[in-house]
Amino acid sequence: MLKINQLHKSYAIGDSSLHVLKGIDLSVDKGEMVAIMGSSGSGKSTLLNIIGMLDEADSGDYILDELPIKDLTEKKAAVYRNRFLGFIFQSFNLINYKTAVENVALPLYYQGMKRKERHELAMFHLGKVGLADWAKHLPKELSGGQKQRVAIARALAANPKLLLADEPTGALDTKTSHEIMEFIQSLNDEGKTILMVTHEEDIANMCKRIVRLRDGVIMEDKRVEQIRAEQYV
Amino acid sequence: MFDLDLWREIFQSINMNRTRSLLSGFTVAFAILLFTVLFAIANGLQNTFSEAFVDEAANSIFIKSGRTTKAHKGLQAGRRIQFKNEDFDYVKEEFGDKVEFITARIYKNVNATYKNEQSTYPLRAVHPDHQFLEKTLIQSGRYINQNDLDNNTKSVVIGRLVEEDLFIKKEALGKYINLNGIPYKVVGVFHDDGGDNEERIIYMPVTTAQRIYGNNDYINQINLTYNPEMDYDQALSFSTLLTKKLKNRFSIAKNDQRAVRVRNMAQGTKAISQMSFGLTIIILVIGFGTLIAGIVGISNIMIFIVKERTKEIGIRKALGASPKSIVSIILIESILITAIAGYIGLLIGVGVLELVGPSLEDYFIKDPGVSNSLVIGATATLIIAGAIAGYLPAKKASKIKPIIALRND
Repeated sequence: MLKINQLHKSYAIGDSSLHVLKGIDLSVDKGEMVAIMGSSGSGKSTLLNIIGMLDEADSGDYILDELPIKDLTEKKAAVYRNRFLGFIFQSFNLINYKTAVENVALPLYYQGMKRKERHELAMFHLGKVGLADWAKHLPKELSGGQKQRVAIARALAANPKLLLADEPTGALDTKTSHEIMEFIQSLNDEGKTILMVTHEEDIANMCKRIVRLRDGVIMEDKRVEQIRAEQYV
Repeated sequence: MFDLDLWREIFQSINMNRTRSLLSGFTVAFAILLFTVLFAIANGLQNTFSEAFVDEAANSIFIKSGRTTKAHKGLQAGRRIQFKNEDFDYVKEEFGDKVEFITARIYKNVNATYKNEQSTYPLRAVHPDHQFLEKTLIQSGRYINQNDLDNNTKSVVIGRLVEEDLFIKKEALGKYINLNGIPYKVVGVFHDDGGDNEERIIYMPVTTAQRIYGNNDYINQINLTYNPEMDYDQALSFSTLLTKKLKNRFSIAKNDQRAVRVRNMAQGTKAISQMSFGLTIIILVIGFGTLIAGIVGISNIMIFIVKERTKEIGIRKALGASPKSIVSIILIESILITAIAGYIGLLIGVGVLELVGPSLEDYFIKDPGVSNSLVIGATATLIIAGAIAGYLPAKKASKIKPIIALRND
């Protein structure tokens, strides 16, 4: 599904440069649910951004579903992101003047889908996250948990190969975090491949595999016994 | 290609960010409004100026006589100078093709009656050339002609308002009008752009007036236009020479300012055209200054909008928006707001002019208005400016890396 070989990334800081990723090798199979952990500055977000094609590696290979991702133009990256990836952010990143259903339909708009079709599909996904009744509400009228569920519906709308979540529960209280995790787990149960950055141990333990980064290298990569979130809900 | 969804996106963005859209629109509308009003006022001032001189040909020279103020060649001061037909002929012969049109004038006031209506009007006895000097426009019939002069016909040409006063909605042409007890045939009716007073005048042949009023060959004034091919300096030296020759002819001292007075319109015309030119420059500077202020305003707002929407752009890009779609959504929004606001500003400007325009005549602003082409040009300039102002920030926005846009929150 996802194969990364000797990935390097540095950022220029003034005259010197900061070597953030120092040769990452990572391979993720279809249907996995991986937590990427590490203290701040360990390079976990940079790794997620490169996987999400929001950033480009300096060197190394990145193959997504047998498609080598390299020499991306802005346009090509936009198409790949749209077709292959779904993003879930810590701060939800909904467009504040669009209703829930319009937010969910946005990736479909960029696919060139017709208005009626994408509305139907967006409604279907909103229903899946249990917010069909909130379709016409603006983000500011939704609670944090609801916003994140809209964001998840949006990430799912384009039926991506890979779901990328950057601290998806970072802005939520414990109870809501567990609800969101329960939902993400159910998505994984259905077969979605999920990659998640988190620094919370209990959230990481709800995944099936934990990859720990420190100073730009993988120091631990282990499979864990998944803790189901529904027991806390 | 018309992309309905793109327009939906744009209208939603405008509609959902009303304050932002209104503010940027206001800048543009205000710039166009000011531009329209300023240009209109300038045009109004120019109208006033040019109207003040529209009545007479710009190349006119008026020659009047008075009394001498200085003794000269054994003749006493206080001597009255009286032009006669021979002086008219002298000027006409002496200066040949330097003179374009020439006419004598005799002034009288007459009591005119037709049936039961009567009133007093100024009378001018003139040569046929007078029509061109005074820009008299014949409405019906004809002007005084050479035949009238040769035969001392009792023909008159009356102003539009004389006809209105005395004939009351009836055709005056061909009727007989009574001037101080003598009947004259109305051979023509004229109108004149110089105002009401100019349309309450009665013209008759100069010879007829000389025969009837005093049986002499006196004339009060000689009016002429110089050859329009002469430039300003030539015109001035022509009138200087004319003055010199006339003073010689009547044995008047060179420095006697009263006995023969030659007034050359070229001087006034030049002053006016210089003034108009100066006014135009000032208005252009102000007008384009306003436009530039508007353009700067739009640019600022567009930069602000892009800044404000950085995060939204980042989200859109993460969801798969191409750089092109980012540029077009911001650019079209910018152009749309500019165009609509510009049009509103124009409408308000024209409305204000319609409302207060007529009351401005007291302030020497007549018929203030702007040509459509000017306003369309100004709006087009603003729209293009809005496009440029929007394009650079939009281009920048499309280059925003989604991670940077999504980072700070």
